[in-house]
Amino acid sequence: MSRLKVLRSVASASAIAAVALAGPAMAKVEGDTIILGSALSLTGKYSTNGKHAQNGYELAVKRINEMGGVKVGGKSYKLKIKYYDDESTPARGAQLAERLIQQDGVKFMLGPYSSGLTKAIAPVTEKYKIPMIEAEGASRSLFTQGYRYLFAVLSTSEQYLAGAIQLAAEIAEKNGRKASNIKIAMAFENDPFSLDVRAGVIEDAKKYGMKIVVDDKLPRDLSDMSATLTKVKALKPDLLVVSGHSKGAATAARQVKEMRVMTPMVAVTHCEAAQVTAKFPDAVEGWLCPTQWAETLSYSDEYFGSAADYDKLFKQTYSSYKSVPYQAAQASAAVLVWKDAFERANSFDTEKVRDAIAATDMMTFYGRIKFSERGNNIAKPMVLRQIQNGKYVVVAPSKWASHPVVYPRKILY
Amino acid sequence: MPVFTLSLVAQFMSDNISLLVLAPALNVQLILDGIMIGAIFALAAYGLALVWGVMNVKNLAQGDFVIMGGYVGVLMSENGIHPILALPVAIVLMFGFGWLIYRIIIVRVIERDLFTSLLATFGLALVIQQLLNLIFGSDVRTAESGFGTLYILGGLVTIAEIKLVSLGLAALLAIMIVAFMKLSRMGQSIRATAQNARAARIMGIDTDRVYAFTYALNAAICGAAGVLISMIWVIQPFFGISYSIRSFVIVTAAGLGNLPGVILAALGLGVAEQFSGFIIGAEFQQATVVSLLLLVLIIRQLQMRRHRKVVI
Repeated sequence: MSRLKVLRSVASASAIAAVALAGPAMAKVEGDTIILGSALSLTGKYSTNGKHAQNGYELAVKRINEMGGVKVGGKSYKLKIKYYDDESTPARGAQLAERLIQQDGVKFMLGPYSSGLTKAIAPVTEKYKIPMIEAEGASRSLFTQGYRYLFAVLSTSEQYLAGAIQLAAEIAEKNGRKASNIKIAMAFENDPFSLDVRAGVIEDAKKYGMKIVVDDKLPRDLSDMSATLTKVKALKPDLLVVSGHSKGAATAARQVKEMRVMTPMVAVTHCEAAQVTAKFPDAVEGWLCPTQWAETLSYSDEYFGSAADYDKLFKQTYSSYKSVPYQAAQASAAVLVWKDAFERANSFDTEKVRDAIAATDMMTFYGRIKFSERGNNIAKPMVLRQIQNGKYVVVAPSKWASHPVVYPRKILY
Repeated sequence: MPVFTLSLVAQFMSDNISLLVLAPALNVQLILDGIMIGAIFALAAYGLALVWGVMNVKNLAQGDFVIMGGYVGVLMSENGIHPILALPVAIVLMFGFGWLIYRIIIVRVIERDLFTSLLATFGLALVIQQLLNLIFGSDVRTAESGFGTLYILGGLVTIAEIKLVSLGLAALLAIMIVAFMKLSRMGQSIRATAQNARAARIMGIDTDRVYAFTYALNAAICGAAGVLISMIWVIQPFFGISYSIRSFVIVTAAGLGNLPGVILAALGLGVAEQFSGFIIGAEFQQATVVSLLLLVLIIRQLQMRRHRKVVI
């Protein structure tokens, strides 16, 4: 009896030990499935965009699996993503990254949504030397920390509105004015992302010697920028730039019209997310809106075909979408990079895979992807679209432009 | 670099002040905007003063009630109904909601100490935020009034008609509330309870019912403010806190049971926010609100010191 008990406990103990040992080692690849891990904002204030990212991840996983999966060592593997909900809070995101790596044994990570969350999670993946390909954290400061295991497929935030400054300079010179005579009014939300956007604008404005006449930082819960716009009206700048996520775009749209701001050139981030063309069509005609990606661009790859094909497939798969947010497209691109890197590394060794990611140079429907030493994608430009007759058309950079820019913008109010 | 930035800020500040001197019309713009917005703050603040004064509950969910009302406006606007018609709907719905919340939560904490009611209403605020986020998503929403803009002083000063309409509606609501408090039986009961709850009970006033009504009335007033906000600014599930803070600042400055004081403080706050946004920059608007609170508290403290006697 007592012997049986001993035997039984030995057996169960060794079973536990076996699970414990095998667990982490096997969890990254279970049978014929490669497990990627991601903490995403499925609830909380980023939930809308978190959901976009998740749909983008899932669509790419589905497509890759349909097309035969990932081939490593002559064997085909399917991809699968393990998600946790970080509730849009950085501290929770960092905890969940620990959990994915420590408890679930995940060896390959996909990014969370937003720069703030990525900032919280990157130190964790770095500590455990787990490579992470992220698609939703654009802040430049993510790539000045010397992280070795962090890679981003999107353009960094300082490029968001820098294109508008260049465009303003080009237009001025074409009209026989000096670029250095251009006056700029800036209104940026006081958050890491928008402050990066601002840094990019200031850098380019300095390069041309332009004058900054308004430099307001908007609060995080911004819903009124009439004081800023009163200044804009008085100082009559040539260019107004605004960045404050969708609340900034919506507030600017509403109040620019209300206060009759006549600035000939207006550049604003997150126009699409704020649905300004549907809600404030008169106010936003002629606005310049930067985007990471647009379905009209002539990028293409073997998985999704062209950008337009991706757009079509996405809408078919998720019928609730009327247009495809770039947050989803870049999430899909991140998964494509994983597939490509696994196959080139031909191994699941994290170091080998990490080196393969670092050596990535591929064309995707989302644009070309090639990482700098620091891990950001330097091969894909930010695209500037102008709202013309209520539709977004690409006007810069000139290589991808489908329409000439309308300057001064047509004012419908 | 910080020195450079600081001098840049100082440069902007002095430029902005000279701008106000050179173009006096800008002052008119800022004052008008401030007053019209302040009128809406006054509504939410008066609701808070009511609950605070009558029930001694400091309602941290004040701003979230405002946002709830805002979503009523947004929903109706998105379904093709003019958001001004959402005003009575929001008032009725939020009154019911307030009554429910009183019966479920507030009634349990009203006799407890300060921290219990603070924690309970703070928790309520969090729950409301997350529920709104689940239902409506985190994107900003707006209700479209379809009104235009008036241009005065040669187009230099613009007045959004909706702000003017809101100012009128806020004033109308304030008058209705005052009349209700003075003339109706329930209004008198509320005032009696505020003066001395125990005495009111002895006189046969059902104070529990008075409390429920007061809390519900507060929610209704907030809901009305929210509808106006949704037509003027933008709303988002997590924007409530700034309205809560403003309400607290206004009530602290004005004191309880002082409707003219609340209105004056609210209008003043609205104007102060606009000027600080213009001169120092929008990032300091909230800081202005809090610094004003600090200033008020210091002045109060000094005033009271004179009346205090040293006891040895």
